[in-house]
Amino acid sequence: MEQNEKMKAYWKENLTYITILLSIWFGVSYLCGILIADQLDAIRVGGMGLGFWFANVGSELIFVVLIIVYVQLMNKLDRKYDVHEG
Amino acid sequence: MSILVWTWLLVGASFALYIGVAIWARAKSTADFYAAEQSVHPVLNGMATGADWMSAASFISMAGLISFMGRDGSMYLMGWTGGYVLLAMLLAPYLRKYGKFTVPQFIGDRYYSNSARVIALVCAIFVSFTYVAGQMRGVGVVFSRFLQVDVNTGVIIGMALVFFYATMGGMKGITYTQVAQYCVLICAYMVPAIFISIMLTNNPVPFLGMGSSISAGGAEILGDASVQGRYLLDVLNGLEKDLGFAAYTAGKRPMIDVFFIVFALMVGTAGLPHVIIRFFTVPKIRDARSSAGWALFFIAILYTTAPAVAAFARTNFILTINNTAYADAPSWFANWEKTGLVGWADKNGDGIMQYAKDAEVNEIKIDRDIMVLANPEIAKLPNWVVALVGAGGLAAALSTAAGLLLVISAAISHDLMKGVIMPGMSEKAELLWARGGAAVAVCIAGLFGIYPPGFVAQVVAFAFGLAAASFFPAIIMGVFSKKTNKEGALTGMIVGIVFTAAYIIYFKFVNPAMNTAEHWWFGISPEGIGTLGMLLNFACMFVISKLTPEPPQEIQDLVESLRFPGKNVPPPTAH
Repeated sequence: MEQNEKMKAYWKENLTYITILLSIWFGVSYLCGILIADQLDAIRVGGMGLGFWFANVGSELIFVVLIIVYVQLMNKLDRKYDVHEG
Repeated sequence: MSILVWTWLLVGASFALYIGVAIWARAKSTADFYAAEQSVHPVLNGMATGADWMSAASFISMAGLISFMGRDGSMYLMGWTGGYVLLAMLLAPYLRKYGKFTVPQFIGDRYYSNSARVIALVCAIFVSFTYVAGQMRGVGVVFSRFLQVDVNTGVIIGMALVFFYATMGGMKGITYTQVAQYCVLICAYMVPAIFISIMLTNNPVPFLGMGSSISAGGAEILGDASVQGRYLLDVLNGLEKDLGFAAYTAGKRPMIDVFFIVFALMVGTAGLPHVIIRFFTVPKIRDARSSAGWALFFIAILYTTAPAVAAFARTNFILTINNTAYADAPSWFANWEKTGLVGWADKNGDGIMQYAKDAEVNEIKIDRDIMVLANPEIAKLPNWVVALVGAGGLAAALSTAAGLLLVISAAISHDLMKGVIMPGMSEKAELLWARGGAAVAVCIAGLFGIYPPGFVAQVVAFAFGLAAASFFPAIIMGVFSKKTNKEGALTGMIVGIVFTAAYIIYFKFVNPAMNTAEHWWFGISPEGIGTLGMLLNFACMFVISKLTPEPPQEIQDLVESLRFPGKNVPPPTAH
């Protein structure tokens, strides 16, 4: 593959990852933690409503997971396109 | 040993540790001073970022704030963590690839404009001073509460310490002391929280305990046998309703306002210079990504515990204080009454303490900070744990102050002096300016601590709003759009800043009486307006860049190069 196209493909894959992961980021915090939190509260997880859980604990934990996933994906992508650092 | 002796011992030991670390990590070059030679391990940088980020407010005030706000308080939890996802994906790796030292420098280079750099450096200094004022005050307050010294003496002791390690070690000294400070503050926060969680619910993980039912031992501590076996939050909701408040787990603020505030806090976090520069210190681009993950992991330990502390403290407070005869009040109540953080006025003369929403009936005065500060005593933990909380509060305040002072010092020496006024300056002279800048900044911050301007609490919205409306769009577009040019960036930043500042100044200072939901635009409070400022900034950048000539080829090449980690990526023409 020509270098230029390779770089474009790398960047495009990166943007795809970011789009998917940030959609989840938006979904767990703004959607589940704020916009539909009241509706989700009807579902109980132990002693907590699900909306309350997303707002207070769930979002924060899922954020950490999102970054871990992104780091792993990008480390693989760097190798696939041979742009990783030594 | 008494609490006071233990506190002096622990605070003294932690200060000695910070000084020792600072001597070990002296800065020898400007690269050392601004970016710790780009040699900090990503996990350590994550810890340092955690300490840098979690301020006196996070440590002392946040749980208390949440316990009075219920579910609405979660806007701070989401808002102050979600920005790290943006940092990891949209900012940190690209800025690390850029490889220089300051945010204004990046903006100046990317938009080939010294004016852009000056706007950015003025913003950076303003945001950092706003923020640091609260930290120095926090140091003084912790000293006065735990060590019984005068607030001003406390501020001066804190100043002397920060002065020492910030001017000597620069970023390197600050980084390694922040690692130590993270360890101190997280222990201080978690130990009492874990004990209280076990006592009330038999669950050692506070955020799981919050969703559990109250144990037999817990019911005994709360002094109400009927709550045993019921879910803690259900009990709390019932108590709030009995007192005339809304249910704890229900949202009370208008949804649109919460939405905009959370967004402004997240984007503001990702745009705050003292957070961004932490990612200049790691060796590699992939380290910048993973370091953001570690930072959020270390922050989330405290941030997922805070809502549990809030719920435990609120339940305990209502059940053990409300309708209790003053003579039978728990000992921590009397202890903290001396500090003025809690108080009781027997309005109806029955000798019993009544707590209620209705101001006519309510007899209890309570400061939200008590929810964290009195925690160890409520849990009847040994004196050294109480002392540990004091040391933790100091660690949180000092570490944040140091990070902010470095931003101010670098903005003066690197961006203003070396970048704009005296470009020919030698490295040695620049280092001198950097140390001098840090020294002057410490003194000004100390003055803010001793003579707190009445507007400090009012302008915190400023720090996040301005960071959201100025830096964030300029950096994002600088990386993700090659065609955004100087004209677009300058217009965007100015419009974003002026709009956000005008809205906040109007409602906070010019016409505070109007600062109510019906007068806000679209129901957005000044705290959340940075989000709208950010959108305006993006829109201006986009439109103006379309109408004016595109950036020179070498700038577009620079943007291209930021997107790929490897040093030796061949130019597009090779092969």
